[in-house]
Amino acid sequence: MARASQRNRVKPGDIVVIEPEIVLSHDNSAAIAAIFQQLPHDRVKYPERLAITLDHAVPPPTAKHARNHARIREFVRQQGIANFFEVGRGICHQVLCEEGIIGPGMTLLGADSHSTHYGWLGAFSAGIGRSEVAAIWATGQLWLRVPETMRIELTGKFETGVTTKDLTISMIGRLSSDGATYMAVEFDGDGVAGLSPDSRAVLTNMMAEMGAKNACMAPDEVTWRWLSETLRRTRPEDHVDRLGFFRGRALFPDSGADYALHHHIDLSEIEPMVSCPHNVDNVQPLSAVATRAVDVGFIGTCTNGRLEDLAAAAKIVRGRRLRRRLIVIPASSMALRDAADAGYIADLIEAGATIGSPGCGPCMGVHQGVLAPGEVCVSSANRNFRGRMGEPDAEIYLASPAVVAASCVAGHLIHPADLSI
Amino acid sequence: MTRTRHRVWKYGDNVNTDVIFPGKYTYTIETDTAQLARHALEDLDPSFASAAQRGDVIVAGRNWGNGSSREQAVKCLIAAGVHAVIASSFARIYYRNAINSGLLVITCPELVAQVETGDEIEIDLDAAQMHYSGRAYSFPPLPEQVREIVDAGGIIPYLRAKAREQ
Ligand code: SF4
Repeated sequence: MARASQRNRVKPGDIVVIEPEIVLSHDNSAAIAAIFQQLPHDRVKYPERLAITLDHAVPPPTAKHARNHARIREFVRQQGIANFFEVGRGICHQVLCEEGIIGPGMTLLGADSHSTHYGWLGAFSAGIGRSEVAAIWATGQLWLRVPETMRIELTGKFETGVTTKDLTISMIGRLSSDGATYMAVEFDGDGVAGLSPDSRAVLTNMMAEMGAKNACMAPDEVTWRWLSETLRRTRPEDHVDRLGFFRGRALFPDSGADYALHHHIDLSEIEPMVSCPHNVDNVQPLSAVATRAVDVGFIGTCTNGRLEDLAAAAKIVRGRRLRRRLIVIPASSMALRDAADAGYIADLIEAGATIGSPGCGPCMGVHQGVLAPGEVCVSSANRNFRGRMGEPDAEIYLASPAVVAASCVAGHLIHPADLSI
Repeated sequence: MTRTRHRVWKYGDNVNTDVIFPGKYTYTIETDTAQLARHALEDLDPSFASAAQRGDVIVAGRNWGNGSSREQAVKCLIAAGVHAVIASSFARIYYRNAINSGLLVITCPELVAQVETGDEIEIDLDAAQMHYSGRAYSFPPLPEQVREIVDAGGIIPYLRAKAREQ
């Protein structure tokens, strides 16, 4: 933050004016453009800093959604915005990582509450309101308060069948949905090294559900390898330069940094967890709710729609028949393509799952699998608020992708290890 | 000399946006000032809306404004004439919405611990201090640019005024 505000040092509580390097918006870009038009600025100040993805309702389910997309394309054309990702490329948070738009040491502000996501790459990123995004479009700047830091030290290794989704749900249950309000959450400790890239993003993404402003972990060998392999595919023309740029920008925690709070978690003590209706911090061990009948499962979203998640689901359903509907929506076209190459998509389809086009799907109740009154859904998403996926009296349980898949095989909440057939 | 004098309404910890401005009105009352003012703090303190006077301040404990990001939870207080909210801490989105809508927010747990409803305090924004019962309480000052946003009535009016000057 000191760098983005051109100061030598900043301390918690300071209010600084920063110039974010990337400003994210998505299907809400037309609404932001309408606020922008109340301002006398005709042109976006730094069009190269904007990143816009169409992802929340894609392909458009109604003519109204199609008109919204058309307005966004028009704005993108008028303002010359290069970082624009069309319908089908995927969910903003996944796409911006894959495309190397953001990386270690960079700053991003986004018109989306899960903008905490990018911390897994060692970036500073936070969610802001629509008026604020319009203000940055016009001026390039925004004020921010420097957050206190909560340090979460991870040690040890997960037991088989336990994931970062279980860790995240367990933390939110323990610290509650305002446990990290206005704070930066920093993950460190020797437990981090054993976490895969796909599973790291679950942690930083869902810190939004604990009230955090941002979440981060320092880049390590796992991060660099992922960036190197991914950028080689998405930006063959400049991947070496881009990686070099990120290496030069990477930031690491100050030694002797002051932490407002410090928690230590032994990964081997985490068990499979579930968030029960209708709050993310209404948490139970899976074993306590394992007989709850479900009608439908959903695997996808910026939290758990990556290749590793699709692999976990495919492994469980392979050779089995689903007793319940299962909707699978990869987080990006890259995740879909890789899952197809690896045979996961075939496994899922053979078992009876439905595959949707990359995007947010039914996560916020717009389309591709919204819930009827009274339906019970087990989902790999990040929010289970009343009405989030459709009818207000539908119920949403949040769990890891493997638990979602296993529950659709059994017809009730269950851990994959307990599936008999 | 910029000291201003204000009457206090005191509340506790974790006051959420639902009790500041009930969710049931969020899609029916959006900009009508009189209506916004009438429902301010309806489910927290039914006496507030009718008795609040222009220039009053709210003093509250931890995590003021947690919950939904609805902007009415800020706008209803502005409509009711509230000059500032002083709290031990604020929920993040509330804090941002407040400043970007032109409502003064001050973090000062020391003062919160001392005052009660009906007390009078003074605010000196230039000195970043409040005064109560003969004692001064400092708070982290708003930097010039953020203060200008509050003074202009929010971030959009602020940017419009700035563009007019140029
Ligand atoms: S997948 Fe869900 S949580 Fe993620 S950006 Fe889309 S709507 Fe938001």
